[in-house]
Amino acid sequence: MSLYDRIFKPHVYTLADGTAVEEKRSRAPLILLVLIALTVLSVRITGFDLAVLVKKGSKFFDILKAMFPPNTAYLGKIWQPLWDTIKMSILGSFIGAVLAVPFAVAAASNIVTNRVVVFLVRLFLSLVRTLPTLVCALIATYIFGLGTMAGTCAIAVFTFAYVGKQLFEIIETVDMGPYEAMEALGATRLRAFTAAVFPQVLPTYLSVSLFCLEGNVRYASILGYVGAGGLGLIMNEKIGWREYDSLGMILIVLFVTVMVIEGISHALRKRLT
Amino acid sequence: MNERIKKAYASAPKTWVWQLLAAFIVACLLAWSGTAVRVSSSTGNGLEVAGNILSGIFHPSAKLLLTLGTDGVPYLLLETFCIAFLGTIVGAVISLPLSFLSASNLVPRGVALVGRVLIAAIRTIPAFAYGLMFIRVTGPGPFAGLLTMSLCSIGMVSKMFIESIEDLDKRILESLDAAGCTTFQKIRYGILPQLTADFTSTIIYRFDMNLRDATVLGLVGAGGIGAPLIFAMSSYRWNEVGAILLGLIVLVLIIEWISAKIRVKLARG
Repeated sequence: MSLYDRIFKPHVYTLADGTAVEEKRSRAPLILLVLIALTVLSVRITGFDLAVLVKKGSKFFDILKAMFPPNTAYLGKIWQPLWDTIKMSILGSFIGAVLAVPFAVAAASNIVTNRVVVFLVRLFLSLVRTLPTLVCALIATYIFGLGTMAGTCAIAVFTFAYVGKQLFEIIETVDMGPYEAMEALGATRLRAFTAAVFPQVLPTYLSVSLFCLEGNVRYASILGYVGAGGLGLIMNEKIGWREYDSLGMILIVLFVTVMVIEGISHALRKRLT
Repeated sequence: MNERIKKAYASAPKTWVWQLLAAFIVACLLAWSGTAVRVSSSTGNGLEVAGNILSGIFHPSAKLLLTLGTDGVPYLLLETFCIAFLGTIVGAVISLPLSFLSASNLVPRGVALVGRVLIAAIRTIPAFAYGLMFIRVTGPGPFAGLLTMSLCSIGMVSKMFIESIEDLDKRILESLDAAGCTTFQKIRYGILPQLTADFTSTIIYRFDMNLRDATVLGLVGAGGIGAPLIFAMSSYRWNEVGAILLGLIVLVLIIEWISAKIRVKLARG
């Protein structure tokens, strides 16, 4: 951005003792210009129209209104898919989080000194992360057939990518003193890692995994939409049949479940860190 | 020396009971959730499908990838980008007052609790449900997608905003007070500089996520690249799937690289 400074000369202040201090011109106008340009472009392309929103905005609440009062009689049929969703999230998160460990270690540049390996593993993690979870679930349904297995798989892949990225960043900020001390005493690198680095990253690792689990319960409910089991399956069905009062019941149950799981995980994470 | 080490070991807190208990609970949970895995009638051609997708990515349909019309990958990517961009901005603008109203260090506890429950409720409804609701308002198309994105962003963005607001250093405000600043000056020099970096970082991060999640919108016909992708997948046109996925991956990687750069710069000031 030195070009910017050359066009808009920095403001020079002369202090009492004669030294000159430069204050660079604020970048705000440039950033604002870019933002406005992008906004105008987006408005054009997406057809954003406030008038439509004002005129027909109330229709948004049509479905919401239809959800209340929720159909409590439907409650009995929700439990099975709900347990499926929770099971999918727990198992998927666990598999993903465990699988992420070796990859995260290989991607941490302070543990693995081979730059090529670090680069390749990071590229792999990035690529997995760009793969949309929905596409992942769809592919999994082709491979494992419709059902919870596909959902578990998709969640595992998502968790793997997320925890992997977070974990290698945590490992890189670790205090390397104990590790070097153990290496100097003749410990193998594996032994030094498990004894000196692992205890340092363990609380944060568990905390990140739990955080991911929280999000996964919410995400697992969408996966049913492509046939990967769980609450999404019945949600899709109820939307299709326009039984919005049953949908309201499902959403309330999901809301309570998510709140409970978030509460437990929040309490656990507070103890960990 | 050895005595001291042994003593230190002996006085270390005994945590094995807790560890054993935790391990036991985790094992139980896993066994319980393991019952969900039923390898139902596997269609058998699963690996073949996976292979097809891979080969599709390596042999993308050049026709789709290079056309500049409204059904080509470049235009779809641009549309997805615009949906995510404007959706993030609208969501952030709505989150701003909402998060100030739910920060427990600024408003009474009761008000903050109501705000938090509202945010959690907004977060619970899945994106495609919002998509369906908005399609009633705007009809199918990118506009509905944009509104869905903005509503979905509110949940996470306000949660992070609240955390930043609750971390505010109030002593700066007190010292500005002591120096005789007006309320406006306190906001301008005391609050804004503390929050801008965090807020910008959150918004950029959310934009990144919105771009990734844009495929979900395609499910309900709310614009973007999701619908063509899912149509292509369900009709087994792997070359088109490959072309779309390739475009999406490249776009997401570029945006991620840029956003990481900006966020690092923001974090270091």
